[in-house]
Amino acid sequence: MSKSNKIDLIVGGKRLDGRDFFEVREIEMKVNVVNNADGSAMVRFGNTTAIAAVYGPRLLLPKFLQEEKAVLRCRYNMTPFSTDERKTPGHDRRSIELSKVIKSALEPAIFLEDFPKTRIDVFIDIVQADGSTRVASINAASLALAMAGIPMRDLVVACTAGKINGCLVLDLNGKEDNFGEADLSFAMMYSKNRVTLLQTDGEFSYEEIEILIKELKKACEKIYEMQKSTLKDYYQKYVE
Amino acid sequence: MKVREIVLTGQYICEEDGRKISNTVYKEGGKVFSKVVGVLKITDEEINIIPLKYVYIPKVGDRVIGIIKEVETSGWIVDINSPYLAFLPLAEVASSYVDVFRTDLSKFYNVNDIIYTKVIKVSEDKVINISMKDEESRKLKDGVIVSITPTKVARVIGRGGSMIETLKKGTKSEIIVGQNGYIFISGGKVEKAIEAILTIERESHLYGLTDKIKELLKNE
Repeated sequence: MSKSNKIDLIVGGKRLDGRDFFEVREIEMKVNVVNNADGSAMVRFGNTTAIAAVYGPRLLLPKFLQEEKAVLRCRYNMTPFSTDERKTPGHDRRSIELSKVIKSALEPAIFLEDFPKTRIDVFIDIVQADGSTRVASINAASLALAMAGIPMRDLVVACTAGKINGCLVLDLNGKEDNFGEADLSFAMMYSKNRVTLLQTDGEFSYEEIEILIKELKKACEKIYEMQKSTLKDYYQKYVE
Repeated sequence: MKVREIVLTGQYICEEDGRKISNTVYKEGGKVFSKVVGVLKITDEEINIIPLKYVYIPKVGDRVIGIIKEVETSGWIVDINSPYLAFLPLAEVASSYVDVFRTDLSKFYNVNDIIYTKVIKVSEDKVINISMKDEESRKLKDGVIVSITPTKVARVIGRGGSMIETLKKGTKSEIIVGQNGYIFISGGKVEKAIEAILTIERESHLYGLTDKIKELLKNE
C-alpha cells in the first residue's frame, strides 16, 4: 500500500516531536479509574489516551452461545472528540477490525478455560488519538484484566514501530502514522517471550523487521516494568 | 503498616517440588507462575495465591447469602454473587407435599428476598443447587447486603473469628457473612459496619488490620 510522503518527518536527525528514532513517548499508567468496572486502567502514550474497563466473568446469555470456556469480547471505540476532525460516533469498519485485533492479542494470555459458560467484556475508549491507539488499548486492557482478577499467563505489552522517510523508528505518533511509509504493531507476553500480535501496513525488508523486533522487545521491557510498578504502587497507596 | 508480599500476573514463584498448587497459579515445566495479582502463601504442602480480586466459584458445602431473582414453577433462581446462577428446588424448601399447580411459590420466597443457604450440588457444567433444609438456613429480614470480593471473606471473619467479633461488638449489629462475598447487616450502627467492611476489603493486604478497625469503631 502506498502512502503519501509529502512532509519531512525527520528534521536535523530528530523526529518532529524532538525524539530519537528508538525513543518511546512519555507514558503514563493508572489503574482503577472506572469505579463501576471490575477492573480498569488508563494508559497514555504522549497524546494518545486509552481507557479500558473490564467486566466479568459473568454469565453468557443467550444459552446457545455458551462454550466450555469463557468468551472474550472486546469493544474498541473512538470518541467523537478524540481527533482533530470530529469522528462520527459509533461502531464502524475500522473499530470492528481493531476490536478483533485487540481480542486476538489478549486471548492467548487469558485462562479462558477457568470459567466455562461465561463472558469477559473489555470496553476500550480512545479519549485522545495521536497514533498507535491499538497498542495503547492493548496495554490498558491487559492492566484492566489484571485488576479485574482475570487469570492470565502474563501481562500483555504492546508497542508500535514504523518507517518514516526511510528511517526505522519506534512508537509512531499521529503524523508519522499518516505520512510515514510503513507501520508495525507488536504485542507480546514479555516474560514468556511469546508474541501475540504482529501486524504491518506497508513494506519492510526482512532485515528491517529483524531490527525492529529487537528494538520493540527492548521498548516492551520498559513498558512491562512500568505496568508491574503501576499495579504494585496501587496497593502501596494505603500504607501510611 | 507493612504490606503483605504482593505477586503479580505472570510472576515466577518457585519450583513445584511435588507440592499441591491452587487454581490461581499455573506451572510450566516444573516452575510455578502466578495467574493473578494477589498475596502469596507458600507452605510445605501447597503453593497458593489469594487473589486481591476474584469471582466466587461455588463449592459444595459453602454457606452463602443469595437473593431470589425469579420464581419458577418448581423452585427459585437465586443470585449468589457468582457468574453462575443457583437453583433452589422446591423439595429443598418444603417439608411436606406441595401441589405446584395450585400453589403460588412466591408465598415461600418472593423476588428480592434474601436467604442464607448452603450449596449442596455443583455439577460439571456448573449447574448449582442450593438447599434450605439445614438448621442455619433461613430467610433474612430487615437488613442490607454489602458485596465484597469473595477472596476477602476470610479477612472479614479474621483468625478464629476475631475480626467479626470486633465488628459485632463495635456496631451492635447482626452480621452474617456468606462465603460468596455477600454480607448481611441488620440493626445497630449499620453505616459504621458498612464503612468498616469496605475498609477491610480495600486494605486486606495490610498487616494490623484488626487494630485499625478497632480504632475506626471506637471513634464515635
